[in-house]
Amino acid sequence: MQRFTLALSLAAALPLAAQAVEYSQIQADKSAINFAYKQMGVSMDGKFSKFAAQLNFDPAKPTAAKATLDVQLASIDTGSSEADDEVAGKQWFNTKAFPTAHFASSSVKALGGNRYEVAGKLTIKGRTQDVVAPVSFTAQGNQGVFAGSFAIKRADFAIGEGAWAAFDTVANEIQIKFHILANAGK
Amino acid sequence: MSTHYTATAKSLHWLMAILFFGLLGLGFYMSGLPLSPEKLKLYSWHKWAGVSAFLLVWLRLLWRVTHRPPALPESMPKLLQLAAHAGHLALYGLMIVIPLSGWLMSSAKGFQTVWFGILPIPDLLAKDKELGNLLLTVHQSLNLLFIAVIAGHVGAALKHHFIDKDDILARMLPAPATEN
Repeated sequence: MQRFTLALSLAAALPLAAQAVEYSQIQADKSAINFAYKQMGVSMDGKFSKFAAQLNFDPAKPTAAKATLDVQLASIDTGSSEADDEVAGKQWFNTKAFPTAHFASSSVKALGGNRYEVAGKLTIKGRTQDVVAPVSFTAQGNQGVFAGSFAIKRADFAIGEGAWAAFDTVANEIQIKFHILANAGK
Repeated sequence: MSTHYTATAKSLHWLMAILFFGLLGLGFYMSGLPLSPEKLKLYSWHKWAGVSAFLLVWLRLLWRVTHRPPALPESMPKLLQLAAHAGHLALYGLMIVIPLSGWLMSSAKGFQTVWFGILPIPDLLAKDKELGNLLLTVHQSLNLLFIAVIAGHVGAALKHHFIDKDDILARMLPAPATEN
């Protein structure tokens, strides 16, 4: 049975690799960017509803893959409108001066199986940091799902200054989770 | 028959009086604050104290049903005796439903309650903004009702003491050690 499954998956994978399918058309409405953090020791989460992404991913040539992502920071949903207004302000994202968070990949490594490691630069509030994210890729017919998460330190980007700079209420570490659905092009 | 409440009943009564006055004051104060780290801290403390109060109420109820309190004076009109019992029943009921409404509101607003930052209390409701706002109104309204009933409770105790000149207030006050 196991051998049969293996043969089947090989048979399925081979023509896919030979065709050089490239996933490049992001389905924004079926993609999600969420974040999670701790506030007073309590796990909290939220999401960004507006973002744009460019992607070129060919499973046959993963190291040639490129991805950029721009997140509209004002589209944040923290769960309360009071907090949404607060984090748009100067001490947090300062969205008037820095409306987007920008990510650009610099390299992609294949980790084996459907796992990859994407390294790149993340710019928020005028500050750029190197980030590395493990990404899993799942093909679903004509579509591919790219999912993964990585952690950033909000202090590295001056997110939460002044009274918010201490980590006793809002923790420094923020988990970013992404789930990007892309259609295959030609 | 003892004319005093038990020392345990008295301790619980006054401990919870202090706790609920603190919770009410903190609740009204913190909700008017602009968002700040202090506000988030105060909310957490309010929730921790609220969970503690909720647990103490059940302990108190357990004590209440296993230790019959001293009877009301014979001189009290039946209607006022009934009002006294109804008032106490309302106080117990509110001391249970008010923390409960706060817990549900926290769940619906997506802020889980973690008791003293250590023990997570399960969320009974999923995150739902509208339900959260509705439960906020419920929590506030119940507290306004609570304040009204407490005012009646305190007013009645003072009336008993200064106008009727009976022992109703005294029997909830600290007593000689023999009166246990």
